[in-house]
Amino acid sequence: MWRYLARTVAQRLLLLIVISIISHAIIHLAPGEPSQVDSMNPMMKAADVARIRASFHLDDPFYLQYLHWMRDLFTGQLVSFKDGLPVLPRIWGRFLNSAPLFLCTTLIVWTASFPTGIQAAVRRGSLYDRSTTFIAYTLISVPGFFLSYLLILAVVRLFHLPVIGLHTFGTEHASAPTQVMDHIWHLVIPSVMAALTGIAVLSRYVRSQMLDVLGQDYVRTARAKGLDEDQVVYSHALRNALLPFVTMFGFLLPGLISGSVIFEQIFAWPGLGLLGYEAILTRDFPMILTLNFVAAALTLFGILVSDILYALVDPRIRLE
Amino acid sequence: MTTSTPLLSIHDLHVDFETAAGSVPAVRGVSLDIGAGETMALVGESGCGKSVTAMSVMRLITGRVSAGSIHFQGQDLSRLPEPEMRRVRGAQIGMIFQEPMSSLNPVFKIGRQIEEVLMLHQRLAPQAARAQALELLNRVGIPSPERRIQQYPHELSGGMKQRVMIAMAVACRPKLLIADEPTTALDVTIQAQIMELLRSLKQEFGMAVLLITHDLGVVAHFAERVAVMYAGKIVEQGQVRDIFKRAAHPYTQALLGALPDPLHPARRLEAIPGRVPSPRMLPAGCAFCARCKFAFEPCLEKQPELFQVAGEHRAACFLRA
Amino acid sequence: MSAPVQPGFETLAVPSEAAEALALAETPFQQVWRTLRQDRLAMLGLVVLVVLLVLAFFGKLLTEWWVVFDPATVRLPDKLLPPFSVASAALAKELVPPFGLYPFGTDELGRNVFARMLQGSFVSLSVGIVAVSISLSIGITVGGLAGYYGKRKLGFISVDSWLMRITDIVLCFPTFFLILTVVALLPPSIYNIMIVIGITSWMGTARFVRAEFLALRDQDFVTAAQALGLPEWRIIFRHMVPNAMAPVLVSATIDVAYAILTESALSFLGFGVRPPYATWGNILADGRSYIFDAPWLFVIPGCAILVVVLAFNLLGEGLRDAMNPKLRKRAS
Repeated sequence: MWRYLARTVAQRLLLLIVISIISHAIIHLAPGEPSQVDSMNPMMKAADVARIRASFHLDDPFYLQYLHWMRDLFTGQLVSFKDGLPVLPRIWGRFLNSAPLFLCTTLIVWTASFPTGIQAAVRRGSLYDRSTTFIAYTLISVPGFFLSYLLILAVVRLFHLPVIGLHTFGTEHASAPTQVMDHIWHLVIPSVMAALTGIAVLSRYVRSQMLDVLGQDYVRTARAKGLDEDQVVYSHALRNALLPFVTMFGFLLPGLISGSVIFEQIFAWPGLGLLGYEAILTRDFPMILTLNFVAAALTLFGILVSDILYALVDPRIRLE
Repeated sequence: MTTSTPLLSIHDLHVDFETAAGSVPAVRGVSLDIGAGETMALVGESGCGKSVTAMSVMRLITGRVSAGSIHFQGQDLSRLPEPEMRRVRGAQIGMIFQEPMSSLNPVFKIGRQIEEVLMLHQRLAPQAARAQALELLNRVGIPSPERRIQQYPHELSGGMKQRVMIAMAVACRPKLLIADEPTTALDVTIQAQIMELLRSLKQEFGMAVLLITHDLGVVAHFAERVAVMYAGKIVEQGQVRDIFKRAAHPYTQALLGALPDPLHPARRLEAIPGRVPSPRMLPAGCAFCARCKFAFEPCLEKQPELFQVAGEHRAACFLRA
Repeated sequence: MSAPVQPGFETLAVPSEAAEALALAETPFQQVWRTLRQDRLAMLGLVVLVVLLVLAFFGKLLTEWWVVFDPATVRLPDKLLPPFSVASAALAKELVPPFGLYPFGTDELGRNVFARMLQGSFVSLSVGIVAVSISLSIGITVGGLAGYYGKRKLGFISVDSWLMRITDIVLCFPTFFLILTVVALLPPSIYNIMIVIGITSWMGTARFVRAEFLALRDQDFVTAAQALGLPEWRIIFRHMVPNAMAPVLVSATIDVAYAILTESALSFLGFGVRPPYATWGNILADGRSYIFDAPWLFVIPGCAILVVVLAFNLLGEGLRDAMNPKLRKRAS
């Protein structure tokens, strides 16, 4: 077990370094530089461009740039091209904004998908199954921002309530309960919108997984024992159907950064996704690279966690 | 051997499977009686309806029982409400399956899977159930049961898994044990051990056994009576020795002819020409007539009923009419 | 006939299950088609897609080659007209749309939305199809090589490990973020978008083609082909690829839907296909500014994307069901 852990962690670290080198290569080989973003600015003279390039090591060879980035990242000195502020504290601050949205979305997705999917599998071919199937496909197929805009439109028109941003403008001095309620309200709509596609995808997956398990011989054995249908479905079948979902936890974490770009943009939610989007717009290389690095690290960590969880829940798997 | 009221009495059972292209008959009028403590073998090729017949006794099929009745200890199982049917399954009728590898739930320990039946039907407390499970594992010949009871199915061999399945099936001392090809997936040496175990359990508990198999060797050694099925119907039934000595139906004769005879190893084995007709395209007359070397006019037109050969030995063939 | 090892006649067994009996008389294609035809949702998807193909063809024809509907004509007097409006009389004669009618209204520059949608149908569809072709080519190559030549060594690491580690590395990049980064850095062009979507979405295909090839390698017909001394390319392309095609086809169908959605998301963020090309994605993205004043600019492309993506998804799922023999048997 410990040897397995040590080996995989070492492998993953190596992978992480490879990934960061590749992302450096992609960004540096692509045309477009921070010094060009403002090329129309009459205040920007050739000397200024040269100064900027020098201060960000842009004239150094590729491997030196990479080493500079690495050194700055781990000493916490890495600063943004845009405003010269350290990168890591900003990422942390945005992470604190993203986390509630992410947790709320994930919670909604997982609590809604399982009952829906299980019911659809148990009542295969019924009206319930067919209508949830159709709704799920519709939700998968609709562009997320299209649906969100329609909903915002509806909420604003029908209830005259604001839904954009972390909280309503001008409530900074309101009483604590009002502020809390306001925060929750501003959290709920974006997370529901972001969750809809997730619910659709996951409930389909739960359904097919459940159907697969319900056709297994051991489910027939459970019925032959005289167990009632609830025990057969929720104890014998569900335990087996749940196993593959453990691996999905690993792929949840990176969604913290890249999954939310669209929704953070729509709802003006100052989270990690929006941070990345802004960084891309301004060619803020240190910020883009660090976010990418964090996302890859989160993915690798997530996969490790799922491997361990899988070994814990499935008696057939041993970590070696 | 049949006593006044048989333990299980299947009468004129019809089972259909609904498919996209219409309903397909899998069982077409099967009647069977099994007395208490008796071993009855149901023999036939795969797809002949023998498993479907057995599964409809347990009501564990996706097909529909379109006609007929299944009386068990005086109750008609095919009309029993589901909650009462559940009290029969696992308690009054136990069942073991062909694939011990996949028939045990991989995420539960062996112990829990056996205790579950005991706690459900005999309302045993967890400790009592554990003790009973240990005793059962011991009885079915699993060495060091204290260790095995803590293990998961994947840690056991195929033969051991089948022993665990048997322990589960007989845990509540059922009156009837349905064994659906219990040895097909096992090694030949293990097969004999499992059949021996079934025989001793049957004698100890006084169970009746409905043995479904395609293995005539097993039938000869283990069963008292036998019914041969072909294309959803019973074509011949009677005492095992009558059928092995004086098979009356051409299909049964052909089956026996395809067996190697240890006393005459030089004899040529005979294959049955042709193939089983699809249940979608059954002929109007006898389903076997296209492959039968004795077929004559009535075979094409009418389906033969079971004609008496001698005593309770009966065969569905116009040659015996 | 050789003496059976054990007394029994399972050797005589003929599959009598209904589906299998029927299967004997049909080619696999007929079989899939028969199952698919009973799936009403999938057939609906197929019909929508056929209509879309025709539309895309006529869109290209009527907006670029033989210009009947000119998507680029600016008519400032007629801006932001609702659907089914009639062109105003003040327009110069050459600016009047066909039949003097705007079936889908006009946008903020007075351009005919119907003409723009027609042009967009071809562009959107080609973004989806080209992107998926790229991802399929990479995915099948990587997966096939890993699956068939997996055990060969390259250095001291097997081909399979090399290719799968590379796949893992690409999987670790947050896909959408990567697409955004690359698209933002590259010069804006419709081809770059197709390529970027293509090269960031092949990993799934590679993984299951590999799995399929690994399974097929051990099948008897492949062993038999190898025993006959057939050349390797023949084994791969004549015997294995056709058998691995079913899941590839299914995922290709669903991936086209995904690529169309990705394009619209990119447009929304301002990195989509640039003018003069109209795509449904950028019509939709531009339309959101007028959501209160001219909702049709937003609703029409949004619904069009929804319907088409839904059609691809339904057809893909229908194909998956129809091609999965396990499911098919259970259903019948």
